[in-house]
Amino acid sequence: MRRALLMALAMMAFATPVAAVNPDEQLADPALEARAHALSQDLRCVVCQNQSIDDSDAALARDLRIILRERISAGDTDQQAVGFLVARYGSFVQLEPPVRLDTLALWFGPLAILLAGGLGAAIYIRGRKPATVTALSADDEAEVSRLLNTDKAN
Amino acid sequence: MRRLLFLAPVAVLVLVLVGFFFGLKRDPSLLPSMMIGKAVPAFSLPPVRPEDRGFATTDLGGEPMLINYYASWCAACRIEHPLLMQLREQGVMLHGIDWKDKPELGYKWISERGDPYVRVGSDESGRAGIDMGVSAVPETFVIDRQGRVRYRHVGAVTREVWETTLQPLMVKLRSES
Repeated sequence: MRRALLMALAMMAFATPVAAVNPDEQLADPALEARAHALSQDLRCVVCQNQSIDDSDAALARDLRIILRERISAGDTDQQAVGFLVARYGSFVQLEPPVRLDTLALWFGPLAILLAGGLGAAIYIRGRKPATVTALSADDEAEVSRLLNTDKAN
Repeated sequence: MRRLLFLAPVAVLVLVLVGFFFGLKRDPSLLPSMMIGKAVPAFSLPPVRPEDRGFATTDLGGEPMLINYYASWCAACRIEHPLLMQLREQGVMLHGIDWKDKPELGYKWISERGDPYVRVGSDESGRAGIDMGVSAVPETFVIDRQGRVRYRHVGAVTREVWETTLQPLMVKLRSES
């Protein structure tokens, strides 16, 4: 039992995400391959949309990985290589969308809501008046002393 | 007035929920095309039919036409195929590109089921499709008289899609100079 548990823990410890990149796609130059690999992790596969092309086994993702490596081998900068795909499939393929006029709400919307909520809470808390202490009326005083001096309610 | 202000967060929540509710009806696989209004990227594709000259961008323009991406491995292409045959009979300029497929298989497909295309080319590597932003087959593009992309339809062309979207657009494009 203990051995099995240890074994399971060891397997979990060494489990790393496996990319779908096949050996035949990889570039011979490790520096270029590293760049291509990093870029492909941030590019969305348009077939299985919540995977990057680096993770996806879709045939089109493979084509796009190869195209990306071709562009990089041809001397494209990272920006140009990504731009090549964005020109065809749109900004949607960027898993980290660029900050633009139409993505402002996406980038800063949650922050704006947090600030608005915080501001509202601050105004509310600061505007609260402490409860004013007023003396009891003579009748109330009499009632209180009667209640405190007897065990019976009413 | 101050009481109403307390309702503001609730109002915002309701607005967001309404937005999300309508968002549910959107199909996330329908991505906007980057090609609308742009010229079809140049391609020159080898033939699918043996003894044919294939399909190239020089075949485009003059009159509005359709480019249909298909493949022998594509299930939804079977659904739209009978309609494509009817369009061809009606004289619609319909060209085909056999995408990410062996040309022999693409040819087998059109010779067994019927060949709806005027020109048909083989895009075995898929590059011509990728240049057009094709993500899956079938996809159908409406091309205007200048050879520019005007509309992209993702998925099978149904009678409804043809009658309500593609046909009216092609009629409109025909009247453009």
